[in-house]
Amino acid sequence: MTKALRETGTELVKRGLAEMLKGGVIMDVVDAEQARIAEDAGAAAVMALERVPSDIRKDGGVARMSDPEMIEGIKAAVTIPVMAKARIGHFAEAQILQSLEVDYIDESEVLTPADETHHIDKWAFEVPFVCGATNLGEALRRISEGACLIRSKGEAGTGNIVEAVRHIRSITGDIRKITQADSAELFDWAKQLQSPLPLVQEIAETGCLPVPLFCAGGIATPADASLVMQLGAESVFVGSGIFKSEDPAQRAQAIVEATTNFADADKLAKVSRGLGEAMPGLEIGNLETRLSDRGW
Amino acid sequence: MKVGVLALQGAFDRHAQALSLAGAAPLEVRGSQYLEEIDALVIPGGESTTMMKLAESLNVRKRLMERIEDGLPVLGTCAGMILLSKEIFDGRDDQHPFGSIDIGVRRNGYGRQLNSFEEDLEINDFDTPFRGVFIRAPLVERIGNNVEVLASVEGHPVFCREGKIMVTSFHPELVDDDRVHRLFLETAFASN
Repeated sequence: MTKALRETGTELVKRGLAEMLKGGVIMDVVDAEQARIAEDAGAAAVMALERVPSDIRKDGGVARMSDPEMIEGIKAAVTIPVMAKARIGHFAEAQILQSLEVDYIDESEVLTPADETHHIDKWAFEVPFVCGATNLGEALRRISEGACLIRSKGEAGTGNIVEAVRHIRSITGDIRKITQADSAELFDWAKQLQSPLPLVQEIAETGCLPVPLFCAGGIATPADASLVMQLGAESVFVGSGIFKSEDPAQRAQAIVEATTNFADADKLAKVSRGLGEAMPGLEIGNLETRLSDRGW
Repeated sequence: MKVGVLALQGAFDRHAQALSLAGAAPLEVRGSQYLEEIDALVIPGGESTTMMKLAESLNVRKRLMERIEDGLPVLGTCAGMILLSKEIFDGRDDQHPFGSIDIGVRRNGYGRQLNSFEEDLEINDFDTPFRGVFIRAPLVERIGNNVEVLASVEGHPVFCREGKIMVTSFHPELVDDDRVHRLFLETAFASN
C-alpha cells in the first residue's frame, strides 16, 4: 500500500484554523495571567502582545513584535490558539514568530509599519496570517498576498465602535453590490478595488470572501459585539476593551456569550447587566494617529 | 429529519452546508430550547474549552446529555470529539466531557497549528480515500471494547463509532466530499 501523502501548511489547513475560530472572541493579552483569565472566560484564542492598543496609543514611539519570552509564557499558560503580531512588511519578525510556533500571525497596523510599500509575502509561511482591512480592495490585496483570515480594522485602542462599523459595512456592502454586477462590470470592480480579477469573480459567484471575515478595533461592550456580528462579522477581536475595563473577567465572559447569541436581544440584555465601567472611549476626530490608515 | 448543529462556537456553518448537501435539514442549536426539535446533532470543530464553557452557561449541557442518553445520534468532529469523549488527557482540570463514547483523547495531541496537516484516509466501506484535514487535532489514545474504529492514522484511531455516536479527529466539513455526513445520517436513521 502506498503511504498517504501528508501535507502541512496548505491553504486548506491554514484557512481551516480560521474556520474553527468562527463565532468566537479573540482577546488581546499582555501576560500569562491575562491569558488565563481570557481562556477561563471562553476566549477562542488569545493575541499575545506587549501593550494593548490603548497603551500603544498613549505611550507613542515605535511599537514592535513582542519579546519571545513573553510569547512563550503565554503559550505555556493556555491550551487555546495563541496569535502574535508582526509589523506590516516585517517578514523577519514573522519568521521569528513562525519559529516560536505561534498559531496565527497578525500582520498588524497596531504596530509601527516596517515597510511603507510592501506587505509580507504570506505564501512563504506555513503559519497562517490574519490581516486588517478597511475596505474590500484592501481585503482582497491581503488575500492575494496569502492572508487566510481578514479582520476589519476599526480604530484600535479607542473603545469607539464607529470605525469598525464603517469598515465592516464597506466590505460587506461592496460584496453585496458585486453579487449583483454583470460579468463586464466585474472588470471595472477589479480596477476600482485595485484587486485581482479572479478574486472579484469568485465573490460574484459565492457572495462572500474566500476566507473568514472577523471584526476588530473598538469593541468594548457585548452590544458592540452583537452589532458587528449582525453586520456580517463571523467573530470578534477585542483588544483594550477587556483588560482596560473595570471587571475584565466578567466583561470577557459577557462578550463571549453575546457573540454566540448576537441576534438574541433578551440574552444580550441579560449579559450586559452590571459589568461595571467599560474602557474609557476616545473621539475619532481628536486622534493624533489613525492606525487604520496604515496598510496599502 | 431535522439535524441540529451545535452553534455555540466553531465551524458550525460549514457543517450545516455539508448536511444540506447530504439531504438533511440543518438547524443551528444556540440554546436548550432547540434541543427538543432535533432528531440528530452535529458538534462541530472549534475550541473545546469555549464550547464547554458556553454549554454550561447557556444551560445546554444537562438537557443535551439527557437526550444523548435517550439515544440521540451525534456526530462530533475535532472539538466535538473531545466533548463527546469519556476522558481528556492533558486538558484543563475544569474540563468535564459528556462521556458519550468510550474513548480517551489528548487535546492538541498532534501539536500546534504548524503541525496541522491534510492526508488521505482509508475509511472502512469507502471505495476511494477521503481527504482528512487535521487542525490542532485531538489524538485518540484509548478506546473501549465496544468502540468500532473506521479509520486510523499511524496506529491511532481518527474515526470511531459506538452505537449512534460517531467521532472524527479530522474535519469532514472542510472538504467537498459529504460521505462522512452521509454515513452519519445512515447510522443515525437506520431502522433498528
